[in-house]
Amino acid sequence: MGKLSPRHAVVDSNMCVACGTCADVCPTGAMEIVSGVFAKPTEEKCVGCGICAKECPASAIRVEVRS
Amino acid sequence: MKKQQRHWYHYLWIWSIIYFSLGFVNILFAWLGLISFCLPLIFAIGGGNKLFCNRYCDRGQFLRVMGSQVGLSLRREMPDWMKGKAFRYGFMVFFFAMFFNIIYVSWLVGSEIQGIQEAVTVLWTFQLPWNWTYSAGITPWVAQFAFGLYSLMLTSEIIAIAAMLIYKPRSWCVFCPMGTLTQTICKAKYVPTTI
Repeated sequence: MGKLSPRHAVVDSNMCVACGTCADVCPTGAMEIVSGVFAKPTEEKCVGCGICAKECPASAIRVEVRS
Repeated sequence: MKKQQRHWYHYLWIWSIIYFSLGFVNILFAWLGLISFCLPLIFAIGGGNKLFCNRYCDRGQFLRVMGSQVGLSLRREMPDWMKGKAFRYGFMVFFFAMFFNIIYVSWLVGSEIQGIQEAVTVLWTFQLPWNWTYSAGITPWVAQFAFGLYSLMLTSEIIAIAAMLIYKPRSWCVFCPMGTLTQTICKAKYVPTTI
C-alpha cells in the first residue's frame, strides 16, 4: 500500500443525500456511493484535495488531517 | 491525477432541453417524463442503488453543466433548514401529492366529470396557455395527464434552476423528491457490512 496523504475527506453519512456529485468531481476516483445511501472515500485513493467538499450541495463532506 | 473519461451518459443533460422543447410542440411528449419517475425506482428497488441520480439523471447533469461549466451558479451555502430531513421529506410528500392529484384530475376528465384544461400550470399557481400543443382527437384524459405532468416537470425544473443559480450547482439534488424517495428505499434495503 502506498503512502497516504496527510489530509482526507470525511463524509457525514447523516447529511449525505447520495447524489453522486462528489464521485463525479473527484479527480482520483476515490469517492463511491455505498448502496445508494451515502458516499465513502477510498482512503488509499483520497488525496484530501477538497474538491468534493467544495462541490457537495448538502455540505456533508469536510477535509480533515488524518489521525 | 487521472483525467476523467467521458462516456455517453455524460451528455444526458441534452435530454432535459429536448424534453421541454418537445412539450412546447406537442404536449403528448410530456408522457416521456415518466422515465424520470420509473428509472430511479427500478434502480433503487431492483438494484438497491441510486445509479440514476449518480450517473443517468439528465437534470442533475444539466444543473452541473449550467452551474459549474457555464458558471451560472453563485455557489452560496444552502440554509440548514433546506438540508434538513423535515424539509426534504415534507417536499417529497407535497410533490407526490401533486403527482397523484394529476392522476385524479386525469381520471375526472376521463370520466367526463370535468373538462380538459389546455394549460400548463407553473409553480402550482400560474396558468400559461399551452393550447397549440394539443389537437382535438386525442383521448382527453391522455392529454390532461400530459398537461399535468409537463406542469410538474416544468415547475420542478424552475425550482431546480433557481436553487442552482443561488446555491451550489446540484442543490436541487438535496431535496429532489425522487432522490429522497430512492435514498429512503436504499436505506431500507441497506445491510451494513462489517470487516
